[in-house]
Amino acid sequence: MDSKFKKENYTDTAKTYYPKVPYVRNCLKAFFVGGFICLIGELLTKFYMQVFDMSQQEAGTPTVTTLILISAILTGLGIYDRIAQFAGAGSAVPVTGFANAVTSAALEYKSEGYVLGVGSNMFKLAGSVIVFGVTSAYIVGIIRYIFNQLIGG
Amino acid sequence: MAKLGKQSWTLNQRVYIQETGTSVGPKESRGPLGDSFDKSYDNLYCGEDNWEMAERKLLQDAIQITLEKAGLKQQHIDMFIAGDLLNQNVSANYTARDMDMSYLGMFGACSTSMETLAVASQLVDAGVADRILTAVCSHNATAERQFRFPTEYGNQKPATATSTATGAGCALVSREKSQIRIEGATIGKVVDFGATNAFDLGSAMVPAAYDTIKRHLSDFGRTPADYDLIVTGDLSSVGSPILKDMLRSDGINIDAVHKDCGNLLYNNDQGMLAGGSGTACSAIVTYSHLLDEMRKGTYKRILVTATGALMNPTLIRQKESIPAIAHSVVLVREEV
Repeated sequence: MDSKFKKENYTDTAKTYYPKVPYVRNCLKAFFVGGFICLIGELLTKFYMQVFDMSQQEAGTPTVTTLILISAILTGLGIYDRIAQFAGAGSAVPVTGFANAVTSAALEYKSEGYVLGVGSNMFKLAGSVIVFGVTSAYIVGIIRYIFNQLIGG
Repeated sequence: MAKLGKQSWTLNQRVYIQETGTSVGPKESRGPLGDSFDKSYDNLYCGEDNWEMAERKLLQDAIQITLEKAGLKQQHIDMFIAGDLLNQNVSANYTARDMDMSYLGMFGACSTSMETLAVASQLVDAGVADRILTAVCSHNATAERQFRFPTEYGNQKPATATSTATGAGCALVSREKSQIRIEGATIGKVVDFGATNAFDLGSAMVPAAYDTIKRHLSDFGRTPADYDLIVTGDLSSVGSPILKDMLRSDGINIDAVHKDCGNLLYNNDQGMLAGGSGTACSAIVTYSHLLDEMRKGTYKRILVTATGALMNPTLIRQKESIPAIAHSVVLVREEV
């Protein structure tokens, strides 16, 4: 056997057979799809500010909620995962990606019942984001507090 | 029993694949082999309430079709040997509830098709059973859930990823003469070359396929030229060229005769990335298209090497690598 196929070299050799990842094209797709989702968010914010006379800060919550709803519906219709295969990070990073992670898990475990199926599994993917999101916010908060005390004092 | 070399055997008696049955899901039926399957569904649910039930439905269909084609009933069959991809082999086990015969459940991941066929042929040869049904099944959505992510979860899969085939294949093994004779088999060993990428199972299984094919040729004293086709289960468009190069570096050239079931199953424009995989993949392609081609006379003798990645999501997260196995069965065309 050629030494490049020997066990110790195999994983590296296998990688040379991988199709080339089109990084530039992937980045552009992610940029435009992600940007488009943000554009919808921007339009929603403007809509809530105009129609319901909200401040920009007040309009934030209904904007995010609406995006989550749209993402959940698209997930239920089996469309969001196709957008994701095309867009990559473009559809994973915005809040719609988080909504998709929760909805898809909830749908997946529906056949196991609402309590032990949906209830206990819907945060299977998103749970880790929540845990580390909250933990890191806590740590950053403490650092900021200490920093303020030192500077302020 | 005729042991051959270290890992192979030939059959003393003439043992045949008397009949086969295949049932598939929507993407498989829209692929290039769509017309060769016995039954197809245009929906992943196959008329059932959930995907696990759909998978069993496919398996039941394949068994039913096989029995109907052979003009037999369950009471004529001595044994049922089956396997699938799900934990505890549930699709096979639960289907066996409704079958009034001895049952052996087997797991070899995607290599189960040839594992069950090899064992069945040996049992029939030994006279332990007269007629054995062997069957395997897999379902894209049940496999996604168990091995990867929820089906509707939006993660971008790399081009090296394979897609689990939805379908089931069943073969009736007996001494009743048919055009397809089982000549022998080579039972693989578990090989692990340290692959850890669950989105590239094709290349993870190549060392196992390499090992089994090489062992087979040496045990049988043959060269690739003795076969009209050497077909692997689901090495994908990534793994297939690696296998060829690996064997070539040992002076074994299979370029002219090699095909991969996973690459035969779908069209390029179906977005199936590196190709099909799953327990059903090698079974539905072999038990429909390849046997049809043998009956037509396109192939006289073929070597089916089903490849299985013996991975487990928990162990992957514990940073274990992915062991693999491959089993080969030789099928020969007979004039009836």
